[in-house]
Parts: sequence; C-alpha cells; structure tokens
Amino acid sequence: MNDFHLLHTEGLSRFYPGVRALDSVDFDLAAGEVHVLFGENGAGKSTLISLLAGANTPSAGQIHVRGAPLQFTNVQDARQEGISAVFQEFSLIPTLSVAQNLCLGEEPVQHGLLDKVALLQRAQRSLDELGFEIDASALVATLSRAQQQMVEIAKGLRGQVSVLILDEPTASLTERETTKLFALIRRLKTQGVGIVYISHRMQEINQIADRVTVLRDGKKVCTVKAADTSHDQLISLMSGRTIEKIYPHIEYRPGELVLDIQQVSTPSGVHNASITVRRGEVVGLAGLVGCGKSELLRAAYGLDAVSSGKVFLKGQDHTRTNPTKSLKAGYFYLPPDRKSEGLVLGFCSAANITLSALSGPLRGLSGWLRKKDAQSMASAAGEQVELSHRNLGKTVGLLSGGNQQKALFAKGLTRAMDLYVFDEPTVGVDVGTRSALYKVIKQLCESGAAVVLISSDLPEILHLAHRAYVMYGGEVMGELQGPEITEGGLLNLFFDAKETLA
Amino acid sequence: MTTQNAVALPTAPPTLPQRAMQVALRLFVQLGVLPFMLALAVLVFGSLSDPFLSTQNLMNLLRQSVYLILVSMGQMLVLVTGGFDLSVGTTMALTSVISALVMQTLGSSLPDMAGLVIVLGCTAGLIAGLTVGLLNGLGIAWAGVSPFIVTMGVQSIGFGAALYLTGGVPVNGLPPAFSDLFGFGNVLGLPLPVLVTALCVAAIYLLMNRLPTGTYLLAVGGNAKAAALSGIATRKVLLMAYIFCAVLASISGLLLTARVETGEANLGGTVALESIAACVIAGVSLRGGIGRVPNVVMGAIFINLVQNGMNLTNVGSYLQMVVLGLLLIIAVVADQFRQRMILPSPT
Repeated sequence: MNDFHLLHTEGLSRFYPGVRALDSVDFDLAAGEVHVLFGENGAGKSTLISLLAGANTPSAGQIHVRGAPLQFTNVQDARQEGISAVFQEFSLIPTLSVAQNLCLGEEPVQHGLLDKVALLQRAQRSLDELGFEIDASALVATLSRAQQQMVEIAKGLRGQVSVLILDEPTASLTERETTKLFALIRRLKTQGVGIVYISHRMQEINQIADRVTVLRDGKKVCTVKAADTSHDQLISLMSGRTIEKIYPHIEYRPGELVLDIQQVSTPSGVHNASITVRRGEVVGLAGLVGCGKSELLRAAYGLDAVSSGKVFLKGQDHTRTNPTKSLKAGYFYLPPDRKSEGLVLGFCSAANITLSALSGPLRGLSGWLRKKDAQSMASAAGEQVELSHRNLGKTVGLLSGGNQQKALFAKGLTRAMDLYVFDEPTVGVDVGTRSALYKVIKQLCESGAAVVLISSDLPEILHLAHRAYVMYGGEVMGELQGPEITEGGLLNLFFDAKETLA
Repeated sequence: MTTQNAVALPTAPPTLPQRAMQVALRLFVQLGVLPFMLALAVLVFGSLSDPFLSTQNLMNLLRQSVYLILVSMGQMLVLVTGGFDLSVGTTMALTSVISALVMQTLGSSLPDMAGLVIVLGCTAGLIAGLTVGLLNGLGIAWAGVSPFIVTMGVQSIGFGAALYLTGGVPVNGLPPAFSDLFGFGNVLGLPLPVLVTALCVAAIYLLMNRLPTGTYLLAVGGNAKAAALSGIATRKVLLMAYIFCAVLASISGLLLTARVETGEANLGGTVALESIAACVIAGVSLRGGIGRVPNVVMGAIFINLVQNGMNLTNVGSYLQMVVLGLLLIIAVVADQFRQRMILPSPT
C-alpha cells in the first residue's frame, strides 16, 4: 500500500511553547491527486505545509517520501526530493528581475561565471511552457500582484517536482487567471504530480479537489472524498459546530440617501461612475480585480483624487476631501490589505482598535488621554466582533489572519458612523470569522447605517447585498436589485459586452 | 507597463525642450541624481577655477579619489544587503596604526630586510581589518543586532584601540620603501594606488555582475526571507559582505598610510559619511537590493571632485563639511523620488 503514497506522514507534530500548532497528524498524498487542506485559520494547515516543505522542522513524528523516512532541515532538502511549495507570503525579491528570481540559488554558471543569456532563456522558457505571458527580463516590482503570483508558481515548478504545495494560490488572481491555473493543475495531475492545496473557497474544492483533509485546532478531523461531501458537511467538520447559515438574513429598510456619487472619474482609472447608497441597505460592488470598484470609494473617501464629477455625503458636497474629514463626517472605510494599510502590526489589538478615536472621544480635558475609557471602548468593540478578550492585549502582528481582520473591523465600531465601506472584508479569512463579521454587517445595517460591500467573492455579494453594482474597466456596467442578484446576472456584467459577443 | 516605458513614450511630436526633459527624466530614473550633480559641479568649478579642468588636476583628483573609491565599494556591498557600515573609518585607522607599529618595531630589529618587514606589516594591518569585519558580520548576521548599533559600537572600540596603541601620537619610522612603493610608486606608467584600486574595482565588478554571489547579496537586501526560502545562506552572505567591506577599507588604510608615511589613529575620520554619500549619490538604495559598481566609483570620484573644486576656489574646510552634508541629504531625497518612479507603491 505504501507504494501508492507519494508522501505520507505519521504522527507529525509541531509544538511551540504553550501551543500545539500541529498535533499528531497522519496525512497522505497519492501521485496525480489534488489533496485539499481545509480548516479555519490557526487550524494547522500552514504548519503542516511548512513541515512538508522543509521550512520548519517537526517536534515529533515522521515524514515519508515514496515510503522512505526522511528528515528535512531546510527548503533545499525538500526540493531535492521533489517537494516544492508556493507560500502565501510572497517569496520574490522585488528589486531583481523575473529571470533572476526564477533561477535564484540555481544560477546557470559557465567557467565559474554567471551565464546571463542562459539565465534569461531558461526563465523565459519556463514561463512560456506554463502559458504565462510575462517578460522574464522585467523587474518583479513592476509586475501586478497576479503576475507576481504566476512568477511565484513558476518558481515553485522549477526542476523536477513530484509534490507541489500551493497555499491559497488564487487569493490574488482574477477568474480568468484562476481558470488558467486550474488547467495547469490538471495538466500536472496527468503527469503524476501530487498537489497539496490550501483554500478557503468552496467553489475551488468542487472544481479541482480529489480528497479533502479537514484540520481543526492542530488535529486532523478526517479525510474525505471531495465528490461525496457537501459544502455544509465540510463546514461543520471544519468548525466543529453546525453553521446553519454563514450568511445572515439582513432586513431591507432603505431610508434617506447617505452617499450619492455622481459621474465621478478619477486618475486611478474610474470613468463616469455613479452610485447611490441609502441608510438601512447593503450595497454590493462587484467586478474583477482592477475594475475600479475599490478605486471609486477610495476616491470618495479622500484617499485618491477625483478628477471630475461630484460626491455628496448626507446631502453635503464631499468631493474634495481627505480621510480625516471623511471620518468626521461619518464615513468609515475598511481597507482590503490589513497588513499594509489597516493595522499597526507592532501595537496590541486594543491600541489598534482605539487608534482613530484618540483624537476624538478619548481626548479628555486639556488633551490628556482617557486610558480607562480606551480600555472599555476596546473591549466593547472587541466583543461585538467576537474577538476573544485574551487577544485584545496581544500584538496584532502575532495574531492569525482571522483575528487580525476582527481587530480591523472593531476599529470601525468605536464610534457610530453613517456609512461603512468594507473593501474585501473577508480575504483570507476562515468561515467562522466570516460569519462573525457578517453578523456585524447585519447589525450595522439594521441599526440604520448605510453599508457598501466591495467584494471579489461572488457568494458574499449574492447573499448579503440588497442592491448590487457591477463594474468593469472603470465603468459601472449595471445595477441589480433584490432577486435580480444572481450568479448569472452578475457574471453577465462582469465582462465587457463587446468581449462576450466576440 | 513599466515606469521606464511610460517615461520614454512620446505622446505628441515633442518640442526640443520637451525632448530634453524626457531624456533627463529617463537618465534620472536609470542612473539617479549623479549625472546631474556631476555636470553641475564640473560647470561651476570649471568656470570658477581655470586649473580645475587641467590634466594635471584631473590626474591628481583620480589619485586622491582611490582611497574613497575603495571604501565606497565596500560600503556598497553592505548597503545592497540592506545594512551599512559606520566603522569603515575605524578600520582604516586600526589598519594604519597596527601595520605601522609592526613595521616600526620589526624595522628597527631587522633593518636589512625591508621587503619582509613591509609584507608582515601589511599582513598585520589586513588581519586587523579582517577582525573588524568579522566582529561586524558576526554581530549582525548571527546575533541579529541592527547594523547601526554593531558598527557604531565597533567604530568606538576600534578608534579607542588605535588611540590606546599609539597614545594618540602618530607612528613614525616606517621603511622608506613602503611609502616609495605604495604611496608614490608607478607601475606601467600608472600610480600604484590607482592600479591597486583598479584591480579591486574589477574584482568587485566581477563579483556583483558575473558571480551568483552578487545576485545573492542583492537578494538578501531585496527580501531576506525570500532569499532564505530560495536556499540562500543569508547569514553567510551577510557575514561575507561585512568582511569584504572591512578588507576593502583596510586596503584603503594601507595605501593612505603609505601616502602620509605615518600610522595615524585619526585616519578616515569622515570616511563613513563620505562613503555612504558616494553610494547614495550613485543610486545605491538605502533599503537594499539596488547598487552598481561603476556608478559607485563615479560617486566616490564626484565627492572628491567637489572637495577638490572647493579647495581650488578657496572654500574653507568648515564650509566644505556643510556642503558634503547637504549633498548627502539632497541625494537621499532625490533617491526617494526615484524609488517611487521605479517601484510603484504596493496597492
């Protein structure tokens, strides 16, 4: 039976002081299968793949490759055995060219000197073979995130690869690029490559998974065949509780107009976009990555410039503004990238939550800080987003992605706002955290705030939005209301009309 | 797609000033602020002082520049890894004092064997430099302390040691052959210091451009974690950068000792600032990952050119310090703009 396994582990564990990140996990991977690792953030998926890839060493247990017990002390050891990983954190060097990155550590050398021509050729060939349209001589820093992701995958596939580990590879890809990646995965399968795949997206499991291993709290719950298991079963296995519905029902009680964007164009690529948002409604904004949905509301918030058109907030002209003024006027914007724009990673959660309130409600007589109020404010906001109390005092940078996102959400809850704009609020967040965050959105909307939900995750728009706009190429392509919001209806507007005809 | 293309793309038939503007912009993006500062300096000093552009003065300038060129190349190796070395001056001083003391002592007991004395003296000086580099490298790569603290500490240790060894008095009595050769000697019609420097420049150029090690240095500075995941021994690379830097400073120290014919603890007092300025003006990124050898050589020559020009136009040494500091800051500010043009901000 062991011949069947390309890779298997016995009792694989990794302990940190006070934490069992991975606890006695038996995992196996067959040649030519896609094995999905499924679990909430902090369930041990990342720990498991870091052990398999040699980026980390196990505290106990054994990894077998083709039946032989092996020990990896670094990534290079694992690569020698044909195990290659594409981690979620980008491992490219922005100041080097694509070719230099692809050959890093394995540069072609002739007579002891670098062979620059061979370097470029080898890199370009590997990109071409994968069907990625990227110039190997380009500087990595000039590539888009999706292109960088493709280079990352190309780097993972260099040399003889028999096991490929992919950690949420589609997080920054568009639908079309995802399709390309899945075609590649299918091709690799036929070549007998075993693929370990981490994803939070249910649709992806349907599309490519053969088997799914569910992890919870560092332990393996079970391994199931993807074809025999429903989404609901997977979710209840993962969270250990039955989530009847991840998406809550939000009452639709539209009130007065809060945000009125009229014919706005921006230097960041939005053309003549108009949208309206009322109190008591959740307005979805859908579209491909880079379609301008994020740029439009960033411009309205004052992060980017508006070149023409008007923005009205609660009837007042709000066209030329800045974030400080917007916050004062009751406009909250939750940025999509929690690490670079949302949180001060070195601060604890509580300090992050109260940061924007320091100049407002927390400023006492003669400018002194009200420390006690700050504490109670942080714990109240933390409670609302289900951020456990012990995480409030912890440094945000050390928390899991889901808990970081909760802290980011809590920032918006320290004072009542009229308009909440959530930009990709659940990227890289597990289902448990999602449902907690959706509850917050429900509560905000039903208490009379206006909510805009910018999302590349279709189900999110389908289930939560009362009205939805779809953008493409910087323009608003259409507006859907209530029952019109269906997958087909949205997707029809996703691509340019001309393109669909052609 | 890239910023460079965007800059180079002609939109309408450009007028002459527009075209000049585009060329200037492209030059700025590719080479940094150096060509502009160099042109300005040559223009200003050339018009203010007649002898400035004479062959004699330019040869002089090159001879004066070699000491800073050597140190700046070492500084570049460290800067591209994302660090810096404040102890380069101390390395020069320690090398100078120790090599001079060894030559002085051996010279009086072995008066007939000048060659051996010189070789032993230089070796002792280089070992001193190597030790400084090892200390820096171990502190930064293995202990993980910030380059600022380690090299500042080592700079104090080295300077103190050099003063202690000499009692603050210059070390005299070096073998005359030492200065005749390494200070004023000519080989193949070129001053020996220039020749030694040219060899070092060629070696470092080879290292940076034609050996995998050069890419590793840039990779560690560009993204240390990614470099480690790509199987690069980042600690070894860092250690090597600091050792190379110290050895280059040490060679510079030996050549300067030969030039001034004494071992001095005060040698290289301003060289840390000057070498960092030379690198930054030459477009080496303070965040690591970017740096080119020929540009750094030009940067070091530029610093000396400004000093030489100011000497010829009778600008006092106090004011020269002000100008040097200003140049450094202007270069860093310009580098910020350039970085923004090359690397689009992460969105």
